[in-house]
Amino acid sequence: MDPKTKTTPPPLGNEPLQPVPLKNPVSTQLEFFQHLVIQPKAIIGLVILAVFISMAIFAPLIAPGDPSRFVDRPHRPPSSEHWLGTTGQGQDVFVQVVWGARISLFIGFSVGLLTTLLGLIIGMIAGYIPGVIDGLLNMFTNVFLLIPGLPLLITLASFLPPGIITVILVLTATGWAWSARVFRSQTLSLREKDFVSASVVSGENTSRIVFSEILPNMLSLVVSSLFGSVAYAIASDAGLAFLGFENVNNVSWGTMLFWASNNSALLQEAWWTFLPPGLCIALVSFATTMLIYAMDEITNPRLRSEKEISIVLKKFHIGAKRSTPVVKEPIA
Amino acid sequence: MIRLNSESKNILDVRGMTKHFPVGVFARARLVHAVENATFSVQYGQVVALVGESGSGKTTTIRMIARLIPVTQGEIFFEGADILKTEPHRASMDYRSKVQLIFQDPFASLNAVHTIEHHLARPLVIHKKATDRQEIHDRVCELLETVDIKPAAEIARRYPHQLSGGQRQRVAIARALAVDPKLILADEPISMLDVSIRMGILNLISKLKEERGISYVYITHDLASARYIGDQIMVMYAGHLVEGGNSEEIMGSAVHPYTQLLLSAVPDPHAGLRTRKDSGARGEVPSLIDPPPGCPFTARCPRVIDICHQVMPEQTEVTPGHWVRCHLFGL
Amino acid sequence: MRVVYLTMRGPVKAVDGVSFSIKPGEVVGLAGESGSGKSTIAHAILRILHPPALITGGQALFAGLDILEMNDAELEQFRWSNISIVFQSAMNALNPVMRIRDQLMDVMLHHGLSKTEAAERALNLFDLVGIEPQRLDAYPHQLSGGMRQRVVIAIALALNPPMLILDEPTTALDVVVQKDILQQIATLREKLGFSILFITHDLSLLVEFSTHIAIMYAGEIVEKAPARELCDNPLHPYTLGLMNSFPSISGEKHKLTGIPGSPPDLVTPPSGCRFHPRCPKAMPVCSQTAPLTKIISADHSVACHLY
Repeated sequence: MDPKTKTTPPPLGNEPLQPVPLKNPVSTQLEFFQHLVIQPKAIIGLVILAVFISMAIFAPLIAPGDPSRFVDRPHRPPSSEHWLGTTGQGQDVFVQVVWGARISLFIGFSVGLLTTLLGLIIGMIAGYIPGVIDGLLNMFTNVFLLIPGLPLLITLASFLPPGIITVILVLTATGWAWSARVFRSQTLSLREKDFVSASVVSGENTSRIVFSEILPNMLSLVVSSLFGSVAYAIASDAGLAFLGFENVNNVSWGTMLFWASNNSALLQEAWWTFLPPGLCIALVSFATTMLIYAMDEITNPRLRSEKEISIVLKKFHIGAKRSTPVVKEPIA
Repeated sequence: MIRLNSESKNILDVRGMTKHFPVGVFARARLVHAVENATFSVQYGQVVALVGESGSGKTTTIRMIARLIPVTQGEIFFEGADILKTEPHRASMDYRSKVQLIFQDPFASLNAVHTIEHHLARPLVIHKKATDRQEIHDRVCELLETVDIKPAAEIARRYPHQLSGGQRQRVAIARALAVDPKLILADEPISMLDVSIRMGILNLISKLKEERGISYVYITHDLASARYIGDQIMVMYAGHLVEGGNSEEIMGSAVHPYTQLLLSAVPDPHAGLRTRKDSGARGEVPSLIDPPPGCPFTARCPRVIDICHQVMPEQTEVTPGHWVRCHLFGL
Repeated sequence: MRVVYLTMRGPVKAVDGVSFSIKPGEVVGLAGESGSGKSTIAHAILRILHPPALITGGQALFAGLDILEMNDAELEQFRWSNISIVFQSAMNALNPVMRIRDQLMDVMLHHGLSKTEAAERALNLFDLVGIEPQRLDAYPHQLSGGMRQRVVIAIALALNPPMLILDEPTTALDVVVQKDILQQIATLREKLGFSILFITHDLSLLVEFSTHIAIMYAGEIVEKAPARELCDNPLHPYTLGLMNSFPSISGEKHKLTGIPGSPPDLVTPPSGCRFHPRCPKAMPVCSQTAPLTKIISADHSVACHLY
């Protein structure tokens, strides 16, 4: 957009004009986030995530006590004493859900961060340095992409001692390849841009070009990859736990599902033992997906403008048409 | 055979520069002859305009001189030194501080995530032209004022998308100036700008040439701007340099059929409504992949003779300083 | 006519009260830089602007019918048989996965010609624009830039429309090919007799090619005159500035200045005359009221407080 020019006295000769200063020149990244947080989808996503994160942090305040402690008869339905009833082991479901958020979210975000970091390092190096290095890294990435995820997960999980660290390692190992691929191709295309050539001609060294010139241009991609990985991690963690490949003495949403299945919750019609953890997993995935959609909308200007136009057309009662609509009233 | 000017007068001597790109995969790789045997010189404080249509190889030539892409064959002499021998693998910092490049697209050549100040500060820091923050900031404002961007401090804080096309191109020029270059390579710097601001940029380039003695290789497809700003004009076709000389000489007495075709095709509003002479050439630029021997213009040349299909003509002198590669002026 | 683009920053008044007319057989050139609205007007006449664009006022009368009042069905019949358009980049106008023959015949079949009639007409059109008939079976990527542009012209002439809009038809082409194409169009015009609305930023092309020229700036027409008259006697400071932006290839070398500043932001255009921030002859009144269009002499009108 051109800087706003107010009326100024006519210029003498050839002097270029003095533009009026903008209030706060805003970087593209900051502008991006400013637009992001006002999108309805982003707000929904952020609010849900905030709720769950606070739930995890403030667990001792919200649901005091040890979540694996025996409190009442097993499989009691929700009541005023136990808001979500009791499990097949006689534990309070509500307390477990609240405390379980800790492990599930911790695993989710750790894996999200680690896969993104690993994917960035490998992907950007492969993308920027052509030739042998790219070839090798690419092959390495492809190997991990081609191996079916779940069997690999299960295989790794069965070899290693059960525990949170194992889960994080295993999920990172199976999840980094996809984002590495994406970052590599984005780096490849950015490398050809003129501003990178301009940096080379200025004498900039390679690592500064990669981290200071190329990486900031990939911000939206990195963030959406991060959230995608978080959703993937939480769901896969639940899956692994459900199949019994984790330390089932820990309380997480996934292990709750394991125990629910173990205690024949379906047969017992004890829906309160598996519905709450399942819903939590689904909601967190939903929240991260909403955030990714919101980011898509911002980075793709056509989506935005189509939304605006449909608002205006509705206001003037014009149906959607192929030809340019004619509106004979002033637009505010 | 023309004798090249003695080396001490030239800031740049390019000899036999050739670039072939492989295209196609595996064993059937064919070669795109993007630039073939380019030989020319640039004197100190001179603007050499390299004119050609798109695909003629002019951008590739400039990128090789800027050492962004490797040379397939040929020599580059900068200030008398054989650059490809003294720094074969990468350009030295010294070379980068003396030879700069301005790109065609004013928006693409600036990084959207960095402020203007950052763009100008980086070369200053890399080449140790300024060290502490205040000095850097002062130098940045100085540079912006040199390219007629005011108010400098205000614009320095902005991001590229907040500037107009003309301002961005001026920033690109300022960035090139930051290292105190001796030679600036300008790749069609005005073709993506609005018509009314082009002259401002060309005048700036001329002003810098006069005030600082900077030499330029100015690439364009527009003969009129080549004449306006160039001391010398060289014409390129399908990877070959076909004619060159003093710009008034070329505009008035061009002899190569392709140059004549270009001249007749330029619309000239000042000449008013005139019926354009049809120089009789038809067709389009030939493919650069594995080209046949001989002159590339044969398919379109109205005065082609047999030998044109067999052998690429050598450089011949028409008048002192004006050379051409055409069999019509054979030895 | 008024056209508005809805953007996040507010409505952009891309075309703000533009009026002109084209008589049969005339070539009207519309010159302007980026943001002048010239391309927008061309697309608006045919109602092919995409969201977020809206037409917010005016009329577009063609032989007495108002194009802005037509509905979709009427427009489909109207387009191409009455007015057709040659787009800026032939690369984008041609479908890369259809043969040229099919693209050419497509529009004719849609308007009711039979297959044989369409095939015959396709051959005629290729003959008219000077491409060998074997090329009918090619795909667009197999043709050079100049040939593709000729194909686009052939498609535009498929239904023999009385008016042709050329939207920067040669901008993406080399200067030699450009001259060829324009000569071709001129010959066709003599043969078939259509009028042309020629849109470009290159004023030098217009002077050679048009009968009348209108200069646009920031969504408004600032000067209109027959081509020769505009060349000999430019009145508006912007026109003068534009003419001062083209170096010549012959004659004396003068220093040219162009125009300082840059095209305005159309969300909040300058008050009064939109050109006043860049005008070397601006007066106090220029920033207060917008100038009305005054007729200076036969066919020559200008919107400037100097007159």
